[in-house]
Amino acid sequence: MEYFEVFGLEPRLSIDLTDLERRFYSRSRELHPDRFVRVSREQQQQALAQSSLLNDAYRALKDPVTRAEYILKHHGVDSKTVPPDLLEEMFELNMAREEGEDVSEQLRKMLTEIDASLPSKFSAWDESQDRKDLEEIRATLNRRRYVENIVHGHV
Amino acid sequence: MGTFEIDFGNSGSSKIIGIDLGTTNSLVAFMDLTGPRILGDIVQSIVAVTPDGEFITGEAAREVLLKSPERAIYSAKRLMGRGSSDIQEDLKLFPFRIAENSESVLRLEVGEKTLTPPEVGAQVLKALKEQAEGELGEEITQAVITVPAYFNDAQRQATKDAGRIAGLDVLRLVNEPTAAALAYGLDKRNQGIIAVYDFGGGTFDISILKLHDGIFEVLATQGDTHLGGDDIDNLLIRIALEDIASEWGEDISGNQEAVQLLRRSVIKVKETLSFYPAANIDLRIGDKKYQREVSIDLFENLITPIIERTLEPCRACLKDAGVTVDQIDEVVMVGGSTRIPLVRQAVRNLFKAEPHVELNPDEVVALGAAVQAGILSGDVKDTLLLDVTPLSLGIETMGGVVSKLIHRNSTIPASATEQFTTSVDGQRNVLIHVLQGERELVKDCRSLARFELKDLDPVPAGLARIEVKFTIDANGILSVAAKDIRSGKETSVEVKPSYGLTDEQVEAMITESITHAEDDFKARQVREAQVEADSILRSTEKAKSSEAWQELSTEEQSTIEQAILDLKTAYHSNDHHVINANLEKLNQATLKLAENMMNSAVRGALKGTKVE
Repeated sequence: MEYFEVFGLEPRLSIDLTDLERRFYSRSRELHPDRFVRVSREQQQQALAQSSLLNDAYRALKDPVTRAEYILKHHGVDSKTVPPDLLEEMFELNMAREEGEDVSEQLRKMLTEIDASLPSKFSAWDESQDRKDLEEIRATLNRRRYVENIVHGHV
Repeated sequence: MGTFEIDFGNSGSSKIIGIDLGTTNSLVAFMDLTGPRILGDIVQSIVAVTPDGEFITGEAAREVLLKSPERAIYSAKRLMGRGSSDIQEDLKLFPFRIAENSESVLRLEVGEKTLTPPEVGAQVLKALKEQAEGELGEEITQAVITVPAYFNDAQRQATKDAGRIAGLDVLRLVNEPTAAALAYGLDKRNQGIIAVYDFGGGTFDISILKLHDGIFEVLATQGDTHLGGDDIDNLLIRIALEDIASEWGEDISGNQEAVQLLRRSVIKVKETLSFYPAANIDLRIGDKKYQREVSIDLFENLITPIIERTLEPCRACLKDAGVTVDQIDEVVMVGGSTRIPLVRQAVRNLFKAEPHVELNPDEVVALGAAVQAGILSGDVKDTLLLDVTPLSLGIETMGGVVSKLIHRNSTIPASATEQFTTSVDGQRNVLIHVLQGERELVKDCRSLARFELKDLDPVPAGLARIEVKFTIDANGILSVAAKDIRSGKETSVEVKPSYGLTDEQVEAMITESITHAEDDFKARQVREAQVEADSILRSTEKAKSSEAWQELSTEEQSTIEQAILDLKTAYHSNDHHVINANLEKLNQATLKLAENMMNSAVRGALKGTKVE
């Protein structure tokens, strides 16, 4: 997986962010276009591709959700279906909202709970490399996306 | 200044200068052993055209602006990379005269000339380039130029075009606030979070950076490309114009000369109020006089809404950067407008920190550009700037909705790939509309360009697989490449920029300026020959009434007469070779005459002694 390779890392869901930042800075010193000002146009284009890959990779990996999405996509775990129990939960929340209750606090709490559940799920797959663990993470992220969309008023 | 680790051992190649191309003032700087330093003087960003069609800049152009405003242009940076529909607001306040054919590229009428904003910028850059060449004693062809962080793709491209037209290879565009951080931050600390508040003549930027052992990582940037000290001037001018209308019973807002004088007066008032509790706006036209005292209280009341407009982006930027006010270690002030005490107060209140004002706010950006030039040349080691793109990049999808590909505040260079297919059997072209902005709908974003994928293999609808890669380079400028996934072939992409010049147009302008340079050189040689001819013709005519002339034979006299006629004919040939050849002929013909004159002068002198 390209994004991990740029940093010389094994593809893992749990990563040490301080270490990632350190690697990002040191790779940036090598690959940034500033270092390739007085070379041929082809070499500059190559440097541009390398350095944008590095930045794209850092952006994706430093955030746990985009990092997981990257790995899931690579393994072809891409079902975007929303778990049925969530729909039920949402239905109840909607009822509460229609009755004039402020549900934003509840939604935020749901998001926090989802985020807090991720690290253990991440290390589970890092250990097992079992597809079932990835599918569970997929379901969790689908749930997360759905709740987030409601928070941002998209649903 | 800072403690850079500098290695001048391998800097054999040509020098790179750093340029702050500002709305009001521009400067050039260079990084040497002692650190970055300004080369020469500030050049006011004013360009004027003389009746002879020559360009002048800076102070001389300001004089023209005051006497014949239609021959001069200022604040042209506001127009960089913009279309005619963008600038209606500016037109109310600035006396830009827009030419007829300004649909995709703005054209401004200045004197008899029609110029695009990059061509105007190029004149300022040329002046700075010459200034640098004078100071450094060698030809300069490479530069780093700063731009407001919030400049979009078109505005950046226009700035780069200006450099090319001026004969400068623009190696990097650097965001102004980031440049300031480079100039300031280096020796301050190894780690920390810095906020740069950049309030200039025409633009406002706020950037938040993370410093880590020489790496300057921009976390977020926000801004307003249409908010600056000019807006304060315009407020004061409006008040004065209203006063004058009621006092004199006359609306002078259409009198450009008067408005220019007023502008100069209110700028002085603004500057004075940084030190004194009151100042006077003065205007005198003929025997009519206007004077009005502006107190600091009135001034501060007036500008409070403008300052408030700068604080909103600051709060948004903190949020984007994911930092709280308490985490900000240093605040750096950039731009002339940060000299206003109320501005400093507002920044102090917002960030709960004493802002840095040690460096001259007018110079700090150019100094930072020089530091970046030093990084590029390899002279400055261990320092690296990781900047971000200020605006999200997206493409138009079904129903006029924008699908974002690269989000704002992404570290640049950045890229994104997207797959496209065809919707009709045998379709050969696909058009991709690229936009910049944060809004959801196409109509609310800024159109950058339309990219046309051409000469696709004719296949049934939906079968084509074209992978398009969008890359934003370290200058914040977009490029697009496409390939057919099935064949692996590169797909040719034609770029149609929505605003700004095409590559061909820029090339034409460069050629034109070189041709003109040749013309100018030729004209100067002709002029010099003519001056010499004037001088010899005058002295020969004078000699004809002398005693020495009478001593010549008739033949000698007629040879001279003929040579005079020939030179007079050659005089208007516009060819300095012809003029010079005839000059030489007359010179030869008058050798005897000159000798005679010498002799008679000596005789006269001797006579003189005898009389005594």
